[in-house]
Amino acid sequence: MADRDHKELSGAAGVNRRGLLKCMAWAGTGVLWTVSGGVPRSLGLLGEAAAAETQAGGLTFLQISDSHVGFDKPANPNALGTFQEAIAKINAIPTQPAFIVHTGDISHLSKDKEFDDADQAMKALKQPVHVIPGEHDVADADNGKLYLDRYGKGTQGKGWYTFDAGGVHFLALINVFNFEPGFKSAGLAKLGDEQLEWMEKDLKGRSASTPIVVLAHLPLWTIYEPWGWGTEDAPRALGYLKRFGSVTVLNGHIHQIQQKVEGNVSFHTARSTAFPQPAPGSAPAPGPMKVPAEELHSVLGVRTVNYVHGKSPLAVIDTPLGA
Amino acid sequence: MSHWTITARLAAFGLGMSLVAAMPNALPAGEAAVTANSAAVRIDNFSFTPSTLVVAPGTTVTWTNADDSPHSVREKDGKFKSAALDTDDSFSQTFTAPGEYDYFCSIHPYMTAKIVVKPAGSSS
Repeated sequence: MADRDHKELSGAAGVNRRGLLKCMAWAGTGVLWTVSGGVPRSLGLLGEAAAAETQAGGLTFLQISDSHVGFDKPANPNALGTFQEAIAKINAIPTQPAFIVHTGDISHLSKDKEFDDADQAMKALKQPVHVIPGEHDVADADNGKLYLDRYGKGTQGKGWYTFDAGGVHFLALINVFNFEPGFKSAGLAKLGDEQLEWMEKDLKGRSASTPIVVLAHLPLWTIYEPWGWGTEDAPRALGYLKRFGSVTVLNGHIHQIQQKVEGNVSFHTARSTAFPQPAPGSAPAPGPMKVPAEELHSVLGVRTVNYVHGKSPLAVIDTPLGA
Repeated sequence: MSHWTITARLAAFGLGMSLVAAMPNALPAGEAAVTANSAAVRIDNFSFTPSTLVVAPGTTVTWTNADDSPHSVREKDGKFKSAALDTDDSFSQTFTAPGEYDYFCSIHPYMTAKIVVKPAGSSS
């Protein structure tokens, strides 16, 4: 389906960008739900379509996630290596994205050496990298001190921040500091009152036509409660976002692509550059999923996001490392 | 005090077994006499085993991560906490004060368990 659409589009000079973006967004959504067992080949073709499209202008940025530098178990004996590979692939994109976002779990065990290795790898990138922590980045005995010392400069509260690019307002949120331990609840992530109040203030004076991109490590919608794949107080955050015409939420954590659209808000989780995790509820626990070595690259990946001013929605294209 | 309670507690002392798993008849002869000052909790498949461990004051509990994911041990009010434990890493904590200690994995907070510290022979 997507393959055919792509060919039709690339052959039709009269198709405007809105049409193409719409189609790509549809195609991306369409192939999405078939992705759990493997990677549809058409994603690679979409990637090519996106690359061609970005040359025509607009803001393109790229999301990487869950690099887990330091991980060396059978599911991927060299997570630093696959992270470096992802970075090399980014550097090979003909039209470079404006910047990179890393949606957390930079390291595997919050160790200095892991952060050092990850930083060293990211130095090869030509553009700025905006990072947020995953729970693996704040698992030191000091509750995230190592992460904040390294990446927290110039941020608010416990590391959250905003930035603007190409007319888009970005909110980099952190939902790995206020976990609700699962004694009486599901053990979901939390943004916490302090951050939510800051977020409400930040959004207050903004025009509803400002496109918003929200970054957070754990999904801001509950994907699978028994594994803690959700954020307990996300509804409050989404309440502040409701009046905006275009809201895109980019998450990591679950090492697989899931997407959902609710009103003006679209939610996306990204692949990991390190190892895949099982589909919700398909395994006894959400640990690293071992796949045959020759298949690993097909379940790891990076994501480019293209925003053309005045046109929505944002086009989100996932590309496997093996493509 | 019932026979069940005594046996289960002794089993927990000596073997780090789950209260649920310690059936009265399953306790091998001889192990009831063990005076344990150490006990173990195994972390595997995203859970703590046993999920409730009863120990006497002075017992050192050692958690060992047998999973291929890292986990941590954090008491709910921060009374004790480990750094992230990689596969085969251990963390130990000695319990002196009687009481109930709820703890969780800060990396996977839905993983919860409990240490109960009470003097041997107490029936509460």
